[in-house]
Amino acid sequence: MSETGASRKTRRLATPEAGALAGAVLVYLFFFAVAPPFRDLSSLSTVLYVSSIYGIPALAVALLMIGGEFDLSAGVAVITAALTASMFSYEMTANVWVGVGVSLAVALAVGVLNGVLVVRTGIPSFLVTLGSFFMLAGLNLAGTRLITGNVATRSIADMDGFASARAVFASSFSVGGVDVRVTVLWWLAFAALASWVLWRRRVGNWIFAVGGAPLTARAVGVPVRRVKIALFATTAFAAWFVGMHQLFAYDTVQSGEGVGKEFYYIIAAVVGGCLLTGGQGSAVGAVLGALIFGMTTQGIIYAGWNPDWFKFFVGVLLLAVILLNAGVRRWQAAGR
Amino acid sequence: MSAPLIRLTGVGKRYGALEALRAVDLEAHAGEVTCVLGDNGAGKSTLIKIVAGLHPHDDGVVEVDGNAVRYASPREALAHGIATVFQDLALAPLMPVWANLFLGQELEAGWGPLRRMDVARMREVTRAALADLGTDLPDVDRPVADLSGGQRQCVAIARAIHFGARALVLDEPTAALGVRQAGMVLRQVAAAKARGLAVILITHNPNHAYAVGNRFLVLQRGAGQGAFRRAEITVDALARQMAGELAEQGA
Repeated sequence: MSETGASRKTRRLATPEAGALAGAVLVYLFFFAVAPPFRDLSSLSTVLYVSSIYGIPALAVALLMIGGEFDLSAGVAVITAALTASMFSYEMTANVWVGVGVSLAVALAVGVLNGVLVVRTGIPSFLVTLGSFFMLAGLNLAGTRLITGNVATRSIADMDGFASARAVFASSFSVGGVDVRVTVLWWLAFAALASWVLWRRRVGNWIFAVGGAPLTARAVGVPVRRVKIALFATTAFAAWFVGMHQLFAYDTVQSGEGVGKEFYYIIAAVVGGCLLTGGQGSAVGAVLGALIFGMTTQGIIYAGWNPDWFKFFVGVLLLAVILLNAGVRRWQAAGR
Repeated sequence: MSAPLIRLTGVGKRYGALEALRAVDLEAHAGEVTCVLGDNGAGKSTLIKIVAGLHPHDDGVVEVDGNAVRYASPREALAHGIATVFQDLALAPLMPVWANLFLGQELEAGWGPLRRMDVARMREVTRAALADLGTDLPDVDRPVADLSGGQRQCVAIARAIHFGARALVLDEPTAALGVRQAGMVLRQVAAAKARGLAVILITHNPNHAYAVGNRFLVLQRGAGQGAFRRAEITVDALARQMAGELAEQGA
């Protein structure tokens, strides 16, 4: 009984991300074969770093998608957060931590606004956040031009608090001679937290319910609106976090960046087993999805190919993993 | 005999010009099954929507425990111990059985930031709650989508009973089920009756109704066609009542 119980548990937990795991292994083996530099440990470190930058927002987007919603504004929200922190600190000549705090407040406000608009109007989040995507993209460009007269912010590298903020958001340390970026640790910590919340907190149960069966959830007293608004706020938090990394890694921010990144987050979540219709997915899957992304980005470089091919490969990967996922699901269903 | 838990007297309901229900009387007693029979369009669903608190009635009196009531929402009905299991609204298909049974009322353990769901206990309680009602479903980790139609009904009924319902309204629980599946659901209805619940069973199958029913109400085009105690009628007579209704409609 305990043995069959364990295997059943494994089956339930493994289902959404089985395809992603197979995809990650395949992509790893592929670049291992065609790109000799990919085999170095230091390359693995870079792959993990790139994956973490996609992976942190992808985790939040996965939770949001399990809850049945989209956020197309997450990519430009990263830049909005970085611009806000940078320009606020610079213009007010304040400690950068003040800018970091103001930026978090702005990001959460945008997230809550997205959420409130979706649950109050009943308009699909695809449309609501398409609107906020364009608004933020425009604000990023126009606001930066208005305040700095330029398309990028000025360097804040010599300001108070920069060193400690960089330590938190953009430092690196050495493990056995290999450079590890701190965002990788944050990524894995957030993944563990997201996984625990999904499977062990009651709100995790509610996230699955509001995505997979919203009417049932409402009928049994789940606070559907509050859960969805919290998910939009979580996505905004993740975008803010990566925005802080960008700011403190490079000390200036280009106002036109971020456009298109939202799709990468969604793709990572979908590749990781999230259903477009909600109600299914996992944090582990989103980690694997982001890892596939990181491996592809860096693998193309290590293989010596023109990076122009990157987007083409992302498209191929997305289709391949989705087909693989569908196949695995059919096979699992048949095996029952 | 004690007073009925639910009593409808001369209840009517209109949707605009359409008179969906008129002058219907119905009694549901604790420890009994009251069956409401009728063909499509006879007013069965209007009747249960009134009892469930989805739509208020226009005429007549609805009494619960002898007090006249007019519910504004299913939640209000639920607070008085009246739980309704609708055909398709009851469960979240992608979630495991235990998560469905406890959805919105999850058991928890631990304190503060380490507060978490007590999944092991919810699994145990789910297994026991289903077994109590004669449903053998050892794997409560399966998503509800994997279950048969009969098993799904059983989970929804177990949920209502576990959270303290005194009266259970079942909307065509055996429709579209095979013989074995329907038998499973009817056994659970009988178990609910044995536990002292008042059950209102909506069905268009006189055999299913007669298998568990104590009282029968035949509806025809929104009006009560006849109300019978079990001792007053045979299953054949019950079937004839419905067939007569069909013949009359055909004429």
